[in-house]
Amino acid sequence: MSGILVLEQLLNGLGYGLMLFLLAAGLTLVFGIMDVLNLAHGSLFMSGAYVAAEAHTRTGSFTAAIVIAVAVTVVVALLLEVLLMRRLYTRDHLAQVLATFGVILVADDIVKMAWGPSPVMAPTPAALSGPIELVDGLPYPAYRLVILAGGLLVALALYLLVNHTRIGMRVRAGASDRPMAELMGVRVGRIFNGVFLLGAALAALAGALMGPIVAVQVGMGEAILIPALVVLVIGGIGSVRGAFVAALLVGVVDTIGRAFVPMLLRATLPPATAADLGPLFAEVAMYALMVVVLIFRPSGLFSARS
Amino acid sequence: MSHPSPKLPALPRTLLSLLLCGAALGGAASATAAPVKVGLALDISGPFAALGAEARDGFALGIKQLGGKLGGQDVEFVQADMAGSPDQAKQLVDRMIQRDKIDIFSGPIGSNVALAVGPTLFNAKVPYLSANAGPSQFAGAQCNAFFFGTAYQNDQFHEAAGKFAQDRGFKKTVLIAPNYPAGKDALGGFKRQFKGQVADELYTKLGQIDYAAELAQLRAAKPDSIYFFLPGAMGINFIKQFVGAGLSKDITLVTSGFSADEDVIGAVGEPMLGLFNTSHWAHDLDNAANKAFVAAFRKEYNGRYPSVYAAQAYDAILAMDAAVKQAGGNAQNREAVVAALKKANYASTRGNFKYANNHFPIENFYLRVIGKDAQGKVTNKLINTVLTNYGDSYAAKCPLK
Repeated sequence: MSGILVLEQLLNGLGYGLMLFLLAAGLTLVFGIMDVLNLAHGSLFMSGAYVAAEAHTRTGSFTAAIVIAVAVTVVVALLLEVLLMRRLYTRDHLAQVLATFGVILVADDIVKMAWGPSPVMAPTPAALSGPIELVDGLPYPAYRLVILAGGLLVALALYLLVNHTRIGMRVRAGASDRPMAELMGVRVGRIFNGVFLLGAALAALAGALMGPIVAVQVGMGEAILIPALVVLVIGGIGSVRGAFVAALLVGVVDTIGRAFVPMLLRATLPPATAADLGPLFAEVAMYALMVVVLIFRPSGLFSARS
Repeated sequence: MSHPSPKLPALPRTLLSLLLCGAALGGAASATAAPVKVGLALDISGPFAALGAEARDGFALGIKQLGGKLGGQDVEFVQADMAGSPDQAKQLVDRMIQRDKIDIFSGPIGSNVALAVGPTLFNAKVPYLSANAGPSQFAGAQCNAFFFGTAYQNDQFHEAAGKFAQDRGFKKTVLIAPNYPAGKDALGGFKRQFKGQVADELYTKLGQIDYAAELAQLRAAKPDSIYFFLPGAMGINFIKQFVGAGLSKDITLVTSGFSADEDVIGAVGEPMLGLFNTSHWAHDLDNAANKAFVAAFRKEYNGRYPSVYAAQAYDAILAMDAAVKQAGGNAQNREAVVAALKKANYASTRGNFKYANNHFPIENFYLRVIGKDAQGKVTNKLINTVLTNYGDSYAAKCPLK
């Protein structure tokens, strides 16, 4: 097992983790502040990916594609908020899950009507489509480096916004104790609107960035929603810092599980058994991490609520 | 189209059939048979949605060209979306048999769906033309007189790829497939023909989207070639990420036609240039029937090249048309239809082929490479024949004669 392989896997894990963070940050704030479980968050991710793919093909500009994808998705989220989410604040979690699950089905059908059932092409910007030689013997995809950098920048900006601004203070207050915050004069409802739209923008950004390396297809939002929810649970509900740490943990553990566990198994077990067990361990790794964290910290690593 | 096409209410329909019976009795000499009823499974949602949509377009073109008739007889097509789900498919096929009384059945994309609906159709003695799925179970001991794998047997595609890799003289290869039965069959089929060193076999999660972890292992293993079986969107992700990681410089990518057809090319584009793949059909295969089909398809669907799924579906309609005609127009005579189907006497888009005793084709497999056509459009190009008149590995276990 060479150092280069380990380094490459580590970068992969961090990149995946940062994308999960963009998704989980919005999800955790919405859940943390308003106690609303929004399963349709994955659909916003899908919207970002589809709009970016379409815009990139039409305009030929990657930057424009991302801006358009985020803008369109925020408008969609605004409609969603006004038409549906508002009515769900006072309902229980079951009603929220059912309603937002319904949104997933509708969103998938709308996408299918607009773009058809086949995956669509999301071009990689030409300048970034090749690899960059990071260290000798490790050409790493340039595009994945951009994702890494972009994810880190957004995470930093979000950290500053939530922890070092007045708005951020209100957001945190709303997340940790909503009734008290309201008594202190914080208009939590309005804060929530902003957070919901910010979350949608982050999901759209993740979708637009992920599009060129994965398939832009119907149902892509559901596939990534489960790991995002795991991140939310591990990190602690309502905590952006928790989401960040948990997302990186999940990203790295998932990559290690897929890369090194099967490799170790193949070295020690007969190939047929290893082929059966390896993927099994890889799939379980993320959930095992969640179980271990919850045993020691039942409310997550950095729960916003005490 | 998630429900069967609207039908007459039960009572008028019963009256109508009584009337038809009366007419048939009254004019015994009259040769007018009842309309042929064809059940078509369209997997236009679910995991095989993209492939199902291709097949639907192929069916539609065939039906349109025949003026909605089979063997000159009026036809009623009972269409339903099986959504790639074995449970849903089983219910819909039960209904097609009991309520709609279908005479012929075709459609499902997935082998798991084919395995689920097969026994019901066999019990009801409904000829089943599988226009895509070719599960090994129906080719071996569980083969059935009423089942026709009109397209291929699953393993054949991978055996052809293995043969190509062997002929090319690859020394060291890594295999990659999802961890489910078809994935294991695929790698098994490849190894049946490839005698070089298999450095590693990677099994991934079904439906995986990020292959970064696997690609890093590939880089470390330093093979000269990679064979992958990753159907649908999985293959799209894999190819894009493979090229993005700069691996295509040193490693030759080999796959079956499943991961290198027009549906995948449309989503990946230029990075697929130079990808070798094997199939029993190609849109530039040189025979009259295929040329006519490809031209008609491109005219019908805005210049789009047909994929293998569209060609197979179109072929299934032609096979039905020929069989009904050769059975004297009487689709209710199931034995006659099966006997006619077995002759495979129609102008298939893949050229001439015949069936083995297990009703799976003995046919040619071709090597294709992805390049650009005269208009600069990325598409498959036929190179040569890899396997000639090639049967499958299970026919000997099938008791049919």
